[in-house]
Amino acid sequence: MANPKIIVVGGGLAGLSAVIKIAEAGGDVDLFSIVPVKRSHSVCAQGGINAAKNLKGEGDTTAQHLDDTVYGGDFLGNQTPIKEMCDAAPAIIDLLDRMGVPFNRTPEGLLDFRRFGGTLYHRTAFAGATTGQQLLYALDEQVRRYESEGRVTKYEHWEFLSAVLDSNRVCRGICAMNLRTMEVRTFECDALIVATGGIGAIFGKSTNSVVCTGSAQSALYQQGAYYANGEFIQVHPTSIPGEDKLRLMSESARGEGGRVWVPKQKHDKRDPRTIPDSDRFYFLEEWYPKYGNLVPRDVATRAIHKIVYENDLGIDGQPMVYLDLTHIDRHTLDRKLEGILEIYEKFVGDDPRVHPMKIFPGMHYTMGGLWIDFNQATSIPGVFAAGECEYQYHGANRLGANSLVSCIFGGFVAGPEAVKYAKGLQKSPAGSNGHFDAEKKRQEEINSRLISSDGTENPFRLWRELGDTMTRNVTVLRYNKSLQETDTKIVELLERFRKINLSDKGAWANTSFIFSRQLYNMLQLARVITQGAARRDESRGAHYKPDFPERDDAKFLKTTKAYFAPDADEPRFEWEAVDTSIIKPRPRRYDMAK
Amino acid sequence: MAEKTVKLKIKRQTGPNTESHWDEFEIPWKPGMNVISAMMDIAANPVTKDGKQTTPIAYDSNCLEEICGSCAMLINGKAKMACSALVDHFEQPITVEPLSKFPIVRDLAVDRSVLFENLKKVKAWVPVDGTYDLGSGPRITPQQQEQSYPLSNCISCTICMEVCPQFNEGTGFVGAATISQVALFNDHPTGAVLKEERLHALMGDGGIHECGFAQNCVESCPKEIPLTRSISRVAGQVMIQSIKDIFSS
Ligand SMILES: Cc1cc2nc3c(=O)[nH]c(=O)nc-3n(C[C@H](O)[C@H](O)[C@H](O)COP(=O)(O)OP(=O)(O)OC[C@H]3O[C@@H](n4cnc5c(N)ncnc54)[C@H](O)[C@@H]3O)c2cc1C
Ligand code: SF4
Ligand code: FES
Repeated sequence: MANPKIIVVGGGLAGLSAVIKIAEAGGDVDLFSIVPVKRSHSVCAQGGINAAKNLKGEGDTTAQHLDDTVYGGDFLGNQTPIKEMCDAAPAIIDLLDRMGVPFNRTPEGLLDFRRFGGTLYHRTAFAGATTGQQLLYALDEQVRRYESEGRVTKYEHWEFLSAVLDSNRVCRGICAMNLRTMEVRTFECDALIVATGGIGAIFGKSTNSVVCTGSAQSALYQQGAYYANGEFIQVHPTSIPGEDKLRLMSESARGEGGRVWVPKQKHDKRDPRTIPDSDRFYFLEEWYPKYGNLVPRDVATRAIHKIVYENDLGIDGQPMVYLDLTHIDRHTLDRKLEGILEIYEKFVGDDPRVHPMKIFPGMHYTMGGLWIDFNQATSIPGVFAAGECEYQYHGANRLGANSLVSCIFGGFVAGPEAVKYAKGLQKSPAGSNGHFDAEKKRQEEINSRLISSDGTENPFRLWRELGDTMTRNVTVLRYNKSLQETDTKIVELLERFRKINLSDKGAWANTSFIFSRQLYNMLQLARVITQGAARRDESRGAHYKPDFPERDDAKFLKTTKAYFAPDADEPRFEWEAVDTSIIKPRPRRYDMAK
Repeated sequence: MAEKTVKLKIKRQTGPNTESHWDEFEIPWKPGMNVISAMMDIAANPVTKDGKQTTPIAYDSNCLEEICGSCAMLINGKAKMACSALVDHFEQPITVEPLSKFPIVRDLAVDRSVLFENLKKVKAWVPVDGTYDLGSGPRITPQQQEQSYPLSNCISCTICMEVCPQFNEGTGFVGAATISQVALFNDHPTGAVLKEERLHALMGDGGIHECGFAQNCVESCPKEIPLTRSISRVAGQVMIQSIKDIFSS
């Protein structure tokens, strides 16, 4: 057989990792991405990447990494693949190091490691506070090398619209749209890997990049792929509130000693620098003496919510608390955190080396995603998934610095698995290529309906309504009544979507048209998230229902699997057992040692 | 009292080969507003200052935190990253134009793929043997790391190319960003194996000798990369290489 032809959609860490493995194995790759791959969202990752290299003499092991990850994820993660990831992590760091990532060093020239949330070990390798950027560039450079050798063809500024499925529902290619010429085209492949990242835009404002809409995942879900654990949404405790975006203040700020506090006195108007220690409430350190400021994110987020909304102790009555680095010396801050301090300085205007930062939780990450098996295969034959767009490695809550490693590991598994699958693939029977034309026609019809629709709704305003509702009702605290209302609201928005009026009817680089297509998919996926949350009457990891405050293993130690019912135009749900073959589930507590 | 507003004057063009025109907008001010968030607000209500319905503005953006390199444009005549350009720091009306040295796609979106092509020419990568486990990488002192890390922060925004008087069709100059990447990879213990090839790529037309030391690049780089230092170092390496070439030919 000729070289297998693989399509990879998405050029973040996960997609690029897959591309490198395929090219190395002799496969040919077409790489699709909305933005030039070097501008993918992975570039935003700040704090670092986890691997139990044990270079600090603490006795860290990959078994500990596994335990922290499973425990941090409140036992919802499948343990076999998590174990494989943790075991592979040290070699992944070595590889990145060989590729030239400028990781911070110890005086002896070895890799330096910092602490991150949900662990007591120094396990996080980092390159200043722009680790994601540095990792993405290293992989991007390797892919550029393969590109110049002709192994990889990039299709940047192309958007994946759907998979092309044959009459047996086997993937034979993709349908994509050129974001400049607006041309819709199909491309053949033997296997497809989707690595399309996060879904932040469903929540309006988040820490994610603009193109993180989840549109591709949603399209595949609507074509029959299972979507798993959609209700598990990570709200990061420390983001900088903003009108257009919630900019992240990385957990590494706390990893390097940053402390979270509020004035003890309500609505204290003093300059924070003049408030003495005795008048400050370091609530995380007080409530969680063992982990202190480095409790996992869901725990820290709920604590901040409680301080602000229950105790009314937010700074000056506002929904904000202090994250304080001013006690750390300037040189250390610059060497280890400069990138993120600059973000605060640029966008807020205060120097965090001098002023305590004002922060508040913000939507950050989806633990849920396309359902995959232990080989990264989705439920559609020939479609694989890797990175934030799949659900495999983080259970009910992701630990800081575990995403980058899961993206690279997932890509490293998906690449070779896709090649293996492609080599064993039966060709479509001769003369049965009609599914390519049919899919293209289906997508073109969606386009012409949208362009010619002349109602009164503005897509960007519909989007803001979606974001507001999702943020209010489907993030930190979840009540069944408001989840129900949210689902009703999304149905209303889907209804109004049909009355969109695109002020721009142009057939060239029409960004509002492109956005509207994504918006439709966001609405469909928002229902999966919301209804999944409604069904899970317990609290686990990031999913917290005040009316059901305990974890309920008897009923809910299960993966949520949603699938699309086309006739009813809504999600249906199934449960699947979780792989707990290595560590027996136990209660998760951070106010004492595990 | 009238609500506080922001006035913007945006240069528009529906496609690569159409005439350009200006649209003026006046929109409600919001705290912390930047040029991209202003354009998001325009998209939600695309009406000009004179009440004329128009289309949302086309531009490139992604991260909104000045790290992806997408959103370079001319703001009040200067090349800047629009997402970190806080409107409060600019005189109004704020004029917004596309970069001038790259083909226009639409409105403020331009095609900057030339930079990625240049990076191919100079082999800006570390040629690892393979992705299988070969143990840890070379030891690197903290001092070396502190030298290479800033160079590795280049976000490929192409501002250094936009502001360079030598970067034009006539010279075909590769520009500062590419040269600085050569410095980065030549410094790396493994990357150095391609040093000679990189230097040769910088010799002929459009190579490093086109640089006129105007220093605009280093003054405009949003990541404050020491570009002139990189250029002098690489110029030195190229010189030594050409002498070597003479003796070995
Ligand atoms: C601010 C911030 C900081 C973070 N810091 C850390 C950290 O320190 N450590 C850590 O472990 N994790 C961190 N994370 C999480 C981590 O960055 C992400 O989970 C990870 O980068 C996702 O990588 P990815 O490869 O899955 O997707 P992405 O990097 O998001 O890439 C997605 C790709 O898919 C493409 N794409 C999307 N849709 C389509 C489509 N329809 N058609 C074509 N192409 C498409 C995009 O163009 C892009 O190339 C952070 C996240 C944020 C938001
Ligand atoms: S060197 Fe600076 S100005 Fe030039 S592309 Fe890189 S970041 Fe932009
Ligand atoms: S949007 Fe990424 S740099 Fe401005």
